[in-house]
Amino acid sequence: MARATTIRQKTITTIIAWTVAMVIVFPILWIVVLSFKSEGDAISTPMKVLTSAWTFESYAVVQDRSDYFKHFFNSVIVAVGSTLLGILVAVPAAWSMAFVPSQRTRGILMWMLSTKMLPAVGVLYPIYLLFIELGLLDSRTGLVIVLMLINLPIIVWMLYTYFREIPAEILEAARMDGAGMRAELLYVLTPMAIPGIASTMLLNIILAWNEAFWTLNLTAARAAPLTAFIASYSSPEGLFYAKLSAASVMAIAPILVMGWFSQKQLVRGLTFGAVK
Amino acid sequence: MHFRKLICTAAAATLMASGVAYAETLTIATVNNGDMIRMQGLTDDFTAKTGHKVEWVTLEENVLRQRVTTDITTKGGAFDIMTIGMYETPIWGKNGWLVPLDDLSAGYNVGDILPAMAGGLSHDGTLYAAPFYGESSMIMYRTDLMAKAGLEMPAAPSWSFIAKAAREMTDRDNDINGICLRGKAGWGEGGAFITAMSNSFGARWFDEKWNAQFDTREWSDTLNFFVNMMNDAGPAGYATNGFNENLSLFQQGKCGMWIDATVAASFVTNPKDSTVADKVGFALAPDNGMGVRSNWLWAWALAIPAGTQKEAAAKQFIEWATSNGYIELVASKEGWANVPPGARTSLYENANYKDIPFAKMTLESILSADPNNSTVDPSPYVGIQFAAIPEFAGIATEVSQEFSAAYAGQQSVEEALAKAQALTNDAMEAAGYR
Repeated sequence: MARATTIRQKTITTIIAWTVAMVIVFPILWIVVLSFKSEGDAISTPMKVLTSAWTFESYAVVQDRSDYFKHFFNSVIVAVGSTLLGILVAVPAAWSMAFVPSQRTRGILMWMLSTKMLPAVGVLYPIYLLFIELGLLDSRTGLVIVLMLINLPIIVWMLYTYFREIPAEILEAARMDGAGMRAELLYVLTPMAIPGIASTMLLNIILAWNEAFWTLNLTAARAAPLTAFIASYSSPEGLFYAKLSAASVMAIAPILVMGWFSQKQLVRGLTFGAVK
Repeated sequence: MHFRKLICTAAAATLMASGVAYAETLTIATVNNGDMIRMQGLTDDFTAKTGHKVEWVTLEENVLRQRVTTDITTKGGAFDIMTIGMYETPIWGKNGWLVPLDDLSAGYNVGDILPAMAGGLSHDGTLYAAPFYGESSMIMYRTDLMAKAGLEMPAAPSWSFIAKAAREMTDRDNDINGICLRGKAGWGEGGAFITAMSNSFGARWFDEKWNAQFDTREWSDTLNFFVNMMNDAGPAGYATNGFNENLSLFQQGKCGMWIDATVAASFVTNPKDSTVADKVGFALAPDNGMGVRSNWLWAWALAIPAGTQKEAAAKQFIEWATSNGYIELVASKEGWANVPPGARTSLYENANYKDIPFAKMTLESILSADPNNSTVDPSPYVGIQFAAIPEFAGIATEVSQEFSAAYAGQQSVEEALAKAQALTNDAMEAAGYR
């Protein structure tokens, strides 16, 4: 009886999990399908979309019209650059909050997180003016700094959670052996937290890769990443669905592949500390 | 002797260097549509003629608006040329944000620009943006379905005829809707259509003292007529349909009539994408016997933001892109049906272009639209489907959201109009107009 219940529960859970997964994945799958259709077929009924001829036409047009690799290169620089810079700033910050907490640590963490709740457009003009003054408009350097700043609260929070899992006694032992703060951070804490740092970096790269508000508003021709590449195929007046889908697939493919290969680390990073 | 040689070499090198420095790289922000993409593909011709290179920033219409508005209001200088419309040009020109285009070369022939376009892209008689292409709106209809309904489309129909024809052509069993119109929220989507339609019903956005007019009988007539006709003969879910959704429906043979931008004519008659390409007729947008038709006027135009360091090169580009020479270049490469329409008078005098089936109706639609006299009763604003004041885009977006909610049956027409009246008056009061 108990065995029958377990099998039934497992079946129901599996069906629910597959249903939820399909709901989440369906838009991406549909984009992939549309990208291999002509513009005329892409707007027809779902059944006709599936049965009509498959073509690489949209990919050829997108490749011909846009410089994909320039946008791709910008995306890589901005995503990786902002992540490395963020880690550089966040490791010492998370270390101090995890191992030398004060009465205000919790408040500071919450305050950092609250900055993520501010609508980005609210600070568009001040940041735009700052960028003009500093000559950072349409530059990869400017984007690296902005994306680092907007993702910093998440990086600090994730690293803080990781560091809290490391026994403070190990660091104390290192100090008793004569390790200074730099040695403690570099040779003791960082190696122990490498899995956590890696998953934080992976998540941050994905967030930076997909960021669209700042990357569209602070760039023009030179530093525009793949988000701008996608935006150039959207139109309220004219049919660009197939080409837009092809551009979207080309833009998300690298990050999907990266996510696929690093899913174990990502899941571990996102669930770390959730179950004890 | 050696010294003299050195001097000469240095002088020659300096001259060459100055020649190289003269070749600029222009950054142009533009909108994603067929004509603009075609221009990007032909940019090599401009580079070959002038030496200047071009970097394109192509964006979706609403993103483009936000992007160029941010840049010009902060004097960011990210772009040397911006693609803007009839709504922005007079406002930005008045604010001194654009370079006046009052010294274009004689060969460019400014006088050839259609007067309606030149007027809408000027402030105080000075041209601030050169039209790349212009459009109005007109009726595109299925000739076979019209014949099947036993009706004949007049060249200049009335709204009562359109409503009758729409109901007659509707065939729900075969998934054919008599009429497809924009209902989607957004000042440039459903908002543009209903505003242009309201003009022909005698309605207006503001009276001469900037008081909102949504509490008038004319607005009630407009909205009730629209909702009743669309409920009887429009597609399901029309409240969320914009240009692309209706284009898709028409191309699939699911609309008897479609009233929308004249540029759509080339899409619906293109056999590659349209299943009804050989069964499309054209007529002027309807009126209501009050002397004003329901067609709009719009142009995508090229303007130079004040303060650009590359003004001379930017003007050269604008002259190239909006000239008769460019039209001929497109015609030679891609045929006359693909040239940018609606900007120059001479295009409509060209024998080659007269053969294009929608050319005549496009010109007549453009010529019948007057942004300076768009309403039956006097109004204090310029513009047909918009009022050229900075506050309009925000207000009209909210108003169109209320209207779309009424189309979707979430509230009554009267409730939508009452809310539109209140929010418009509040916004105008806050902006200091009232």
